[in-house]
Parts: sequence; structure tokens; C-alpha cells
Amino acid sequence: MKKIEAIIRKSKFDDVKKALHEIEVNFFSYWDVTGVGNEKQGHVYRGISYSTADIQRRYLVIVISDEFLERTLNAIFDSARTGNVGDGKIFVSDMLNAYRIRTGENGHAGIN
Amino acid sequence: MDAGLFTANNVWMMICTALVFFMHTGFAFLEIGLTRQKNTINILFKNIFIITVGLLMYYIGGFNLMYPGFEEGSMGILDFAGFGIAAPENGMTAEYADGGYTWWTDFLFQGMFAATAATIVSGAVAERIKLGPFMIFTVLYVGLVYPIVGSWQWGGGFLSTLGGENGGFYDFAGSTLVHSVGGWGALVAIYLLGARIGKFGEGGKAQAIPGHSIPMATAGVLILWLGWFGFNGGSVLSADPATTSLVLVTTCLAAAAGGIGAFTLSSLLYKNYDLTMFLNGILGGLVGITAGADLMSPNEAVVIGLIAGVIIVLGVALIDKLKLDDPVGAVAVHLICGMWGTLAVGIFGAKAGMDQLIYQLAGIGAAGAFCVLFAFLILFTLKKTVGIRVPKEEELEGLDIHEHGMDAYADFRMNQH
Repeated sequence: MKKIEAIIRKSKFDDVKKALHEIEVNFFSYWDVTGVGNEKQGHVYRGISYSTADIQRRYLVIVISDEFLERTLNAIFDSARTGNVGDGKIFVSDMLNAYRIRTGENGHAGIN
Repeated sequence: MDAGLFTANNVWMMICTALVFFMHTGFAFLEIGLTRQKNTINILFKNIFIITVGLLMYYIGGFNLMYPGFEEGSMGILDFAGFGIAAPENGMTAEYADGGYTWWTDFLFQGMFAATAATIVSGAVAERIKLGPFMIFTVLYVGLVYPIVGSWQWGGGFLSTLGGENGGFYDFAGSTLVHSVGGWGALVAIYLLGARIGKFGEGGKAQAIPGHSIPMATAGVLILWLGWFGFNGGSVLSADPATTSLVLVTTCLAAAAGGIGAFTLSSLLYKNYDLTMFLNGILGGLVGITAGADLMSPNEAVVIGLIAGVIIVLGVALIDKLKLDDPVGAVAVHLICGMWGTLAVGIFGAKAGMDQLIYQLAGIGAAGAFCVLFAFLILFTLKKTVGIRVPKEEELEGLDIHEHGMDAYADFRMNQH
């Protein structure tokens, strides 16, 4: 099993969600995060321009079986990319196990 | 006078009194909106203190200091009609004040005005002033400074008779007597207090410290605009149909023009649609029309408002340039636009003329000198004795938790900065 963590643009969330559903990755969690990076957003307040490096992004966590890895990555690449700086990152790690709380099932059965 | 007309007049004046009272909600919303959430309770505490203690001070002596009934031949600078309030014999009849209102209404309407002057200061010194010394300042400023300056004009003192037969200084609803009085106090206070930590960065460059609730600030400005219906409308001192309706028209047109003026200039200068400038522009227009709301044609009101809006944008930048820190723009709105509105009486409208312009300058100068002197005296003494600024740690962590032991939004914390 693999865990995919993807940091994407908020504006791309709906596209990514749709792409994941299309390859039958139907379950995942997400939350809104603030990060720091190279991108700067110009702000103006009462005539004073200032820049904030705080970047608002959405953080997705998806746990999948090994054989889903490649198509999941491709789905995210295709749906989250704009080609501009700041499209985000994907991290992949091994997941030891997964349990479904209601039934106690684990492994592949625990995530689907 | 017909009893029905007397009653109608008095009802209108009581409505105006209530509207001016409501302006304190507007001030509170505007001030907390344009500052950071960690200082919200502190700002609200000051605002509530001002309206309560302001009213009591006005009852104790303020009203009789402002309307002492200067004797014929006196200098008209300082007199006092005694502590407390008691209606004169004819106070509840149409003989009092030409039947415009009763004596009680007179007291309460004027009392609502008094607190406004200190509220103006409260916004400018937000986020760093120590509460105790601010309360002492408020008591003295509302209790003494505001009524004394007011007595020079509205109490029949020397400013009102500057030109002898030809009249004198003119300030319909208080561009100078209310707004500049508060504005001067604010200017002195932010000079003595210093800027908030982080306001001026390396090399002294002004930094933005964004307010935490722009919706709140917007509501505050719209409430203040509504309150001005009473502030200016009530300053007619009766429900006189022609004058009250003209005053409401000029007031609203100047507010609208002020907003448009500030919005246009700030968009051109900063290539950005800054709502807070738009809002300050509306207030600038309102303060600007206040001195001559009953003298202006609609066209003149629009011009006065537009210029006030331009002044706001330039004034806010000027304050930053001077290394002064005014989180809500109180000096630009109340002091600079207050002076502009006062001068406008000599430039536009029914009283325009060189003589009038000189009277207006004299009024601005007299009020300014007295307020600066007095505010400096109080605040400098406080600074050298008990101190007027909170410790650095308290300022960084927020005045709410240190001075009040509370969070303004206890269960809601998205972004503390």
C-alpha cells in the first residue's frame, strides 16, 4: 500500500477530485494549508504595497493499493497542472497497513 | 408656537439624538475592523468607556461649561454655570430655544456629541496605549477640552462674535468643534505614543498592518453615515422642513462624493481597489460637509466631498511619511478633513467671502492651539509619570489577553498575527 500526499492549487481541487473519481479512487481526505515558498503574492493595504509569501494550498492524503499508484499519479499530474510556478508537489510513501474501524478489516479491504 | 409643531420638533431632535448615539456603534465597528483581532476587546472597552463616562462628565459639568450663558461684555472664553443639570423654568415649553426642542433633549443631544471627540482619539491610539492613562485622558478631554472649545462658538463665546455685526466663525455641526478637536488630540497622542511595533520597517519604510475584519469596518462606516443624518440633521436644532431636508441632501451627497473621490485617487495611485480608502473617503466627505451642511447647494456639497476624498488618500500617505502611526486614519478623516470643511464655509456657499475665510482660519487656529496644548499637557504628564504605552511583550501578544484576560473570538482562531 502507498500513501500519496499531494499539495495542489485550491483552484484545481475540483478537477483533481473528478480525475480521481474517474480512475475509481473514491476515498481521500483533504485540508487547507498555508505554506511558504518561492512564490510571492502582491498585496496593497491603504496605499502600502507589501508581499506575503504565505501560500494557500489544499493538501490531499490518498491511501491506495500498489497497483493504483501509477494511474493515481498520472491523474493528479494531468488534472492539477497549469504549467506555472506553484502547481504543487506530490509525496509518495509506503503505508504499513490500513484498517476499517467498523469491521476490523485490514489491508486492501481496509481502504476500499 | 403651535403645540403640535413643538412636539414634532422635539421628536425629530430625539430621533437625531438616538442616531448620534448609534454612531458609537459605527466608530467601534470601524476601529476593530481596521485593527488586529488580538486587540479587539481593548478597543471596544475604550469605546464603551468613552460613551458612558463622556455622558456622565457632560452631566456633571460639561454641559454648563459649554453653554454657560456668557454675560454681555465678557470675553467669552471661559465661564461655568455650575455642576449638575436642572432645567430652567421655561425649559419644557416652546419658549425655550424657539420651540426647537426641550431643555432635556438639548442636554442629551449635546451630550451625545461630546463623547464623539474622545472616540476619534481612541481609534488613532489603538493597539498600543495603556488603558488606565487613556481613561484619565478621556475624562479630561471630554470633561474640559471639548466643552470649552465648544463654548467659544456654540455657547456664544468669542469665536461666534469675531466679526461683530458681520457675524463670525461658522461651524454648523462641528467640523472643527467636534472632529478637529478629536483629531488634534489624536495627532498629539500618536506623536507622543510612537508607532506600533512593526509599522515602520528597516529604513523607516511604512509597512502594512492589515485590519482583521473588513466587513466589520464596512458596517461601521455605513452606520456612521446613518448616524450623520442625526449629527447634521439634528444640528438644525429643530425640524424646520426646508433646512433639515437640505442638510440631509448635502450630507449624503458629500459622503458619496468623498467615497468616489478617495476610491478614484487611490485606484490611480496604487493600481488597486482599496475598500478601506473608499470607506475613509466617505467619512472624509461627511466630516468635510459638516461645517457648512446648511449653507451649500448640492453641487457645492459634491465638490466639497470630492476634495475631502482626495485629501483622505493624500492625508493617509502623509501621516505614514511623517512616521506617525494612525491605524484607522483618524487624523486624515477628522483633523485634515475637519479643517477642510471649516475652510470650505469661507470658499463655497451662502457665507463665502474673504472675511468669512479669515474667521474660519481664526476658529481653526484657536481650537487647534488650545487642543494641542491641552492634549500635550495631559499626555506628556502621563507619559512621564505612569507611562502611556503597554510593554513590548503585551503589545506583541495582544492587549486583550493582558489587559482584559479575554479573547474576542474565544473559539475562532484562524490566523493570529
